[in-house]
Amino acid sequence: MKCTVCREPACIDLRRHNSNFCSEHFLKFCRDQTARAISDHQMINPGDRVLVAVSGGKDSLALWDILLGLGYEADGLYIGLGITDYSDISKEYAQTFAASRGAKLIEVDVPDTYGYDIPNGSKAARRAPCSACGLSKRHIFDSVALEGGYAVVVTGHNLDDEAAVLFGNVIHWHTEYLGRQAPVLEAREGFPKKAKPLVRLGEREMAAYCVLADIDYMVDECPMSAGNKHLRYKEALNMIEEQSPGTKADFYHGFLRSAADRFTDLVEEGRSALGQCQHCGSPSPAEVCAFCRLVERAGGQRIELTTKGETHS
Amino acid sequence: MIVRLRNPSRELTINGPMSVTKLLNRLELNRESVLLIRNKTLVPGDDMLADTDEIEIRPVISGGFGS
Ligand code: SF4
Ligand SMILES: [Zn+2]
Ligand SMILES: [Zn+2]
Repeated sequence: MKCTVCREPACIDLRRHNSNFCSEHFLKFCRDQTARAISDHQMINPGDRVLVAVSGGKDSLALWDILLGLGYEADGLYIGLGITDYSDISKEYAQTFAASRGAKLIEVDVPDTYGYDIPNGSKAARRAPCSACGLSKRHIFDSVALEGGYAVVVTGHNLDDEAAVLFGNVIHWHTEYLGRQAPVLEAREGFPKKAKPLVRLGEREMAAYCVLADIDYMVDECPMSAGNKHLRYKEALNMIEEQSPGTKADFYHGFLRSAADRFTDLVEEGRSALGQCQHCGSPSPAEVCAFCRLVERAGGQRIELTTKGETHS
Repeated sequence: MIVRLRNPSRELTINGPMSVTKLLNRLELNRESVLLIRNKTLVPGDDMLADTDEIEIRPVISGGFGS
């Protein structure tokens, strides 16, 4: 097998692109695909300061590396969720990467800052762990981005993630969620702009990027993810992809091209009714926002966030 | 060859030589869901694995959907 670009021995085949790549040209392919997603969807404008949501896993570390490589001013934000060893080890991967690139990593620890952790707090609040976790992370991304004056928050969601979420939303016809699947959500009162620059790259490609770019990442799964229905959707899509390469990309990017528009009005309707949370000031349809309610039910304390960025160099 | 797998973490000894694709088929693994790593680099599907190789088969599918 030879590299499609240089004819040297290839180390990875990408059947959906009908291409094989050597290490050097594969890394370039990933940077090019990311740059194309950024420009196609106007994710980041020249001069924008970017906040990368970093988990210590393959997607977010690869994304951070690619953005730095493309010359963006990109800081990382690591959120400690108090998920036993998993959180401690993930944080080390994020810190080690930041130090190796001389990049700035902001750290917010949920147990230290808000007094609850995801495994126990979600139980006390009677929410699924991933739902409590997602709500916490979104609130913290938003506050840190707004306080720090970042133009955009980027996350490491890849093509497989987005295709699986789309699959779930289509199966159950969650039309209001379909309106929010665009890879860019513009800023609005109280919310920063958000973007997913990896939507042109698959999960296998992101793991391959880390191996070839020599990035150590958290390979083991979060213990809370077991039995997650999105995992089953991913497996189902991969069974089709194995027989028909390109299916996942057609499904997701075809949706963006041909159908996503039809659902965005539903999102706008839902938005008009937002007031402000009386505790934290975040936009909220109720007097107290979902995050502040979670903190209360999880047995934590509400604290206004003040972040101290640490520069690792 | 020695093959390391994860989730759960385990080690198998398999007689080589054998192509990557054949090994994945034999372990009933979907090639979309794993990477095959030898000496810190990736091994493509048509490469032969020698009897003396040490290999990691790394899953690439993550399950968390909190954000
Ligand atoms: S799997 Fe769920 S609980 Fe674990 S980090 Fe991801 S969203 Fe949070
Ligand atoms: Zn090449
Ligand atoms: Zn609030």
